[in-house]
Amino acid sequence: MSNLIKFKIDGRDCMSEKGNFIVDAARENGIYIPTLCNMPGVKPKGSCRICTVRINGRLMTSCTTPVADGMEIESNVAEIQDLRKSIVELMFVSGNHFCPSCEKSGSCELQALGYLFQMMVPRFPYDFPVRKVDASSPKIIKDQNRCIQCKRCIKTIKDDQGRSLFAFRNRGHRLEVVLDKELGHLMTDELANLAMKNCPVGSIIKKEIGFNTAIGSRKFDHQAIGSEITL
Amino acid sequence: MSKKITIEPVTRVEGHGKVTIHMDDKGNITQSRLHIVEFRGFERFVQGRPYWEAPVLVQRLCGICPVSHHLAAAKALDVIVGAGTGYGLTATGEKMRRLMHYGQFFQSHALHFFHLSSPDFLFGVDGDPAIRNIIGVALTYPDLAVQGVMMRKFGQEIIRATAGKKIHGTGAIPGGINKNLSIEERDEFLKGADPLNADKMVEWAEGALDFFKNYYVANKDFVDNFAQFPSNHLSLVRKDGALDLYHGVLRAVDAEGKKILHDIDYQEYTNYIEEEVKAWSYMKFPYLKEYGKENGWYRVGPLARLNTVDFIPTPLAQREFEKYKALTKGKPNNHCLHMHYARLIETLHAAEMIRELLNDPDLLGNDLVTKGTKQKEGVGLVEAPRGTLFHHYRINDDDQIEMANLIVSTTHNNEPMNRSVNYVAKSVMTGKDVITEGMMNSVEVAIRAYDPCLSCATHALGKMPLEITLVDNDNNIIDRKRSR
Repeated sequence: MSNLIKFKIDGRDCMSEKGNFIVDAARENGIYIPTLCNMPGVKPKGSCRICTVRINGRLMTSCTTPVADGMEIESNVAEIQDLRKSIVELMFVSGNHFCPSCEKSGSCELQALGYLFQMMVPRFPYDFPVRKVDASSPKIIKDQNRCIQCKRCIKTIKDDQGRSLFAFRNRGHRLEVVLDKELGHLMTDELANLAMKNCPVGSIIKKEIGFNTAIGSRKFDHQAIGSEITL
Repeated sequence: MSKKITIEPVTRVEGHGKVTIHMDDKGNITQSRLHIVEFRGFERFVQGRPYWEAPVLVQRLCGICPVSHHLAAAKALDVIVGAGTGYGLTATGEKMRRLMHYGQFFQSHALHFFHLSSPDFLFGVDGDPAIRNIIGVALTYPDLAVQGVMMRKFGQEIIRATAGKKIHGTGAIPGGINKNLSIEERDEFLKGADPLNADKMVEWAEGALDFFKNYYVANKDFVDNFAQFPSNHLSLVRKDGALDLYHGVLRAVDAEGKKILHDIDYQEYTNYIEEEVKAWSYMKFPYLKEYGKENGWYRVGPLARLNTVDFIPTPLAQREFEKYKALTKGKPNNHCLHMHYARLIETLHAAEMIRELLNDPDLLGNDLVTKGTKQKEGVGLVEAPRGTLFHHYRINDDDQIEMANLIVSTTHNNEPMNRSVNYVAKSVMTGKDVITEGMMNSVEVAIRAYDPCLSCATHALGKMPLEITLVDNDNNIIDRKRSR
């Protein structure tokens, strides 16, 4: 028996397998819902809220909400887009994101979302927090100025014994993602490359290869984020 | 009654500065100074950043010639990543950087001559300020204005093809370059429709030089005698004495042409150059240690370069260089306004170099980066359009920059610009109660000849106000005028 169910996103008829999360189901139907903390193959947590949609008047994170038969989902509507934009703006003002000298510029998902939402200037005051750069690992630099605490590195960068190389430290506004000193020194080049690739911003930078991708060859130089999904 | 004249800001230069001129009660000039009133701080906030960020970060100092900072930083980091000094890169790496650099020279010199300085020559130093600007040039001499715009565009397109962007690209990386030139890009620059091709740029560069030479013939006394004073001159030169804007050894000559800095390795510049700080300016005053603060100051830039080099390694520019040197019988040229002449010879040289490089197949190569044994410290020098540019970095064990020192071209010219201001002020303002607009512009013409980049601020079509204030001995303002 088929597990296909029918639902609507912004009035458009869609189909997907029962149990899929909305963000994945939308992608299958050529509809892009922006994400930051979400990654394929990793259990979603809904922490960044950028994928928020509205279902029956309630705001829900589409990366953690399974699609249901007959569900009517609002995504690309002004109110929700503005909410998403404000989340991006808040991320910019709560860190120190200086795109002009950031190696991830052009391949940064946060920057790409800023462009997508046509963020000209944040509506919120800059916090200019004092944050540190941890350069003690021989393989990577962990720049806390740019970290958006999405946990993608914590969830995906593990050694061959399954131990996470990254972890949360402190709480509240002092919360930060840190690299385990001991495991950081044992990090392989492959894992360092993967950590930089999985970081949606420029918080994890592989050492000594800076800016080797020419302008014009970067991830979002020619296409907006999500354009590969949108039909 | 004694007076203090303030010119603030100085116009048709890059950045913000002001001039103060003090006169005693007999109308004699007692002191004149060019003040740089901005503070940048790049040397401090680059500290703690990973070293490979420096070429991309520090170039934000400037929007006119960021390529100079980009390349000087990259050259310093070449040393740090063990790629050697200057000649250690792959052929593609070095030649792509050179193409980028000559593209920038071409656009920057064109900008200075056509946009900033030509109004003074076309309409006169004391011409109507309402038309003595680039818009006036465009309305009165449209063909010349179009040349200026298109020459700048060509240079900017060269930068885009080598650095990725026309302004603030990322092409140069420690040990090399991150892209080569495609065959399509090369062919577009060599065979593109007029006027955007290398042959036309060489032709137009010759035309611009002819324009100035004709002006010189018609105004010889003025050009020869305006702010003329002896000085030392410093620049990079190729090891064989040729003009080389990208790499070489440091040479300085005195006003008579005697070598006073003997082709030294610039990695050791701190043994030879000292910087003095004065309370009234954010710009430091460099000088040659051996000769002290009083006698060790020097000029950099086009005038200095053509005084230090023995020859120019491209035929058309060399031919012009020989005529230019004949004016001073082979001795160093110390005429302030001859800087325009020298700059236009360099513009022609840059156009020739671009054409030569574009015909070099090494630009199409794929071997882009060299690395070796890492070092803790490195110095990178290039000849920027405005003069010799020093970048010096030291890193810690974790690859973070812990020290940066930049000596930018305009900094070297600080003392000479101050002397030029003093010279012109004495010449045109001594004994005058009323300051005319023409007098104010004369002071600016002297500063403008150096093409100073006081920071990365822009001027606005000659409308950025030049303000002169007359003040008595007690600093009471007597009169104030603004050039709008």
